[in-house]
Amino acid sequence: MAATEKPPVTGTGSVALDGLLTWVDQRFPLISTWKAHLAEYYAPKNFNFWYYFGGLAMLVLAIQIVTGIFLTMNYKPDATLAFASVEYIMREVPGGWIIRYMHSTGASAFFICVYLHMFRALLYGSYRAPRELIWIFGVLIYLLLMGEAFFGYLLPWGQMSYWGAQVIINLFSAIPFIGPDLSLWIRGDYVISDATLNRFFALHVIALPLVLLGLVMAHLLALHEVGSNNPDGIEIKDRKDANGIPLDGIPFHPYYTVKDIMGVVVFLIVFVVIVFFAPEMGGYFLEYNNFVPADPLQTPAHIAPVWYFTPYYSILRAVPPLFNSQFPGVVAMGVSVMVLFLLPWLDRGAVKSIRYRGTHFKAAVSAFVIVFLVLGYLGTEPITVWGQFGPWLGNADRATVVARICTVIYFAFFFLMPWYTKVDKTKPEPERVTF
Amino acid sequence: MNTLIILTGSPDAALLRSQLRSRRLVAASLLCLAAVFATPSPLAASEAGPRLDTAPINPTDVVSLQSGARTFANYCLNCHSASLMRWNRLMELGLSESQIKDNLMFASDKVGELMTVSFSRKEAKQAFGAAPPDLSVIARARGADWLYSYLRAFYRDPARPTGWNNAVFENVGMPNPLWQLQGERVRVEQAAKVEEGADKDRKDSHGAAHKTFKYEAVKPGALTPVQFDETVRDLVNFLVYLGEPAATSRKQIGTLVLLFLLALWPLVYLLKREYWKDVH
Repeated sequence: MAATEKPPVTGTGSVALDGLLTWVDQRFPLISTWKAHLAEYYAPKNFNFWYYFGGLAMLVLAIQIVTGIFLTMNYKPDATLAFASVEYIMREVPGGWIIRYMHSTGASAFFICVYLHMFRALLYGSYRAPRELIWIFGVLIYLLLMGEAFFGYLLPWGQMSYWGAQVIINLFSAIPFIGPDLSLWIRGDYVISDATLNRFFALHVIALPLVLLGLVMAHLLALHEVGSNNPDGIEIKDRKDANGIPLDGIPFHPYYTVKDIMGVVVFLIVFVVIVFFAPEMGGYFLEYNNFVPADPLQTPAHIAPVWYFTPYYSILRAVPPLFNSQFPGVVAMGVSVMVLFLLPWLDRGAVKSIRYRGTHFKAAVSAFVIVFLVLGYLGTEPITVWGQFGPWLGNADRATVVARICTVIYFAFFFLMPWYTKVDKTKPEPERVTF
Repeated sequence: MNTLIILTGSPDAALLRSQLRSRRLVAASLLCLAAVFATPSPLAASEAGPRLDTAPINPTDVVSLQSGARTFANYCLNCHSASLMRWNRLMELGLSESQIKDNLMFASDKVGELMTVSFSRKEAKQAFGAAPPDLSVIARARGADWLYSYLRAFYRDPARPTGWNNAVFENVGMPNPLWQLQGERVRVEQAAKVEEGADKDRKDSHGAAHKTFKYEAVKPGALTPVQFDETVRDLVNFLVYLGEPAATSRKQIGTLVLLFLLALWPLVYLLKREYWKDVH
């Protein structure tokens, strides 16, 4: 044969296994893939706590896919059967409740990991050149994840599933001219109905996961092409030894595989505590009202999206309507997510990592974190939660005023970034990575 | 009616109770999490609502669950269904198949069937103005405290078509299902002047005083007020069980999984440390 000049595989300790792997490697890029992405992928040796969450997000993705497959075996995407079929899984399918709680907890865990992963990128400038494309793939993953969560949340067919979907799809009808037709097209009916449930099911179990997996692949390929950033924000590839190996790099396998296993066990401890002892998480992971079957004739008094959407929901509510149209709020909400794509070009800082940035950036990031959390909290509550200001402020709802201030700060963080990162007094970066 | 099921000494019940005890092991870790996520009650949204009493339920109390099942079958299951629950699952509560059949069910039904009712939704709607909801997961939607308060808050109100009203759920369609046990009472408004401090618990979190009422019994029931509260407590205990029958085994399995992971952690930590020895 001799179609290839690759050396035979050795070192597995078994002649038969060596032979088998050699046979495969001559027909498939087995050893080169293993080396490029694991054994000879050199990652900076100073990864800290924040670097666990990318791998953990992948773990949660795997959990969601596997539990999702098993849920699909017993779930019925039919408006008359869906609610009962979920309870059938909870009661009658052996181990069904574990699968379902893992999936419902996994949805929230996914967002926790992804938010922390994105925050890491913000802290250490991981989106800066040459990693813009990694960031863009990442934001696309985040967008798809939001779609995936939104479609999936309709499936249990409870009151919050139903009315949450109703509210979100109605946002599209605020778009001038095409809005009403667009929302009708999305729903497939004049209200959320069986037709909507069926198409959301298809999107949730086939379309989006497929694209999601492709994007995760692209995200990783782009990462492994340019190499990982690190908490110092310097390029380890700038300093290599005689063999061309970065001086501050260590092979991903085994160093980071064993380290990530450690992180995985800690993550699983937290995950298991929620799944087995607090699956509703006080109404944040599974909303109480979603244990009432969907009723198109009865609007719940308070409709709140699940916690991971609430910062954006707050922004939507904070923007006042114009000419009786919610469109400005819808635009603000859309921009608040889409602006993430621009981050690599908004940041003009001389250094990448927050370790060497000046006070401007540190203050901006702190304000952004506070504002994001406040908006997130307010989105879970009715706007009357903090009562009203006195007549001197037109009896305005306190929560709305706070949400408006937070919304302004949220956008200022992004749109003033070119200025405050440029004038910031940065410190010199080190030559080599530090711990 | 009023069939007695007493199975305190059964081995099943003892086993169940000993298994349930293990869940306390993890209470500490749960508390840490609960501190991170403030826990709003299911009704946190409607904050102007009535003050709720804390339901003194104990999901490990098998006798209470059995008593609740009896009250549920006798007083609720005529109009309400629990159509996501099978009768023979009650064997988890230490009941035998024949005890379930003889004491809780109509003779014609099979023990493997779901807890359905023959009262159609259409008829029910005509009778009460709203179809009685299925009660399978009602405790998960409303919360135990709400149910406990609601079922004890009925009073006579001639203005209502059924002659009954409820202080927790104003103008509810359901007449008091437990009136034979509780008796009948009317609500009278108390004098507006309320002494400071004496009535603190009648205020909501914003400090606004609620209108205060008191109840006057007009016709005694079969039970004393204390017995009645205990009956409702047992019923609510059962409704919470009904909402998630697997909750008990969930916590048992969770404890084992958690112990496994806690035992695994030092090993993976040592593995990592061993590999990382040569990284400087």
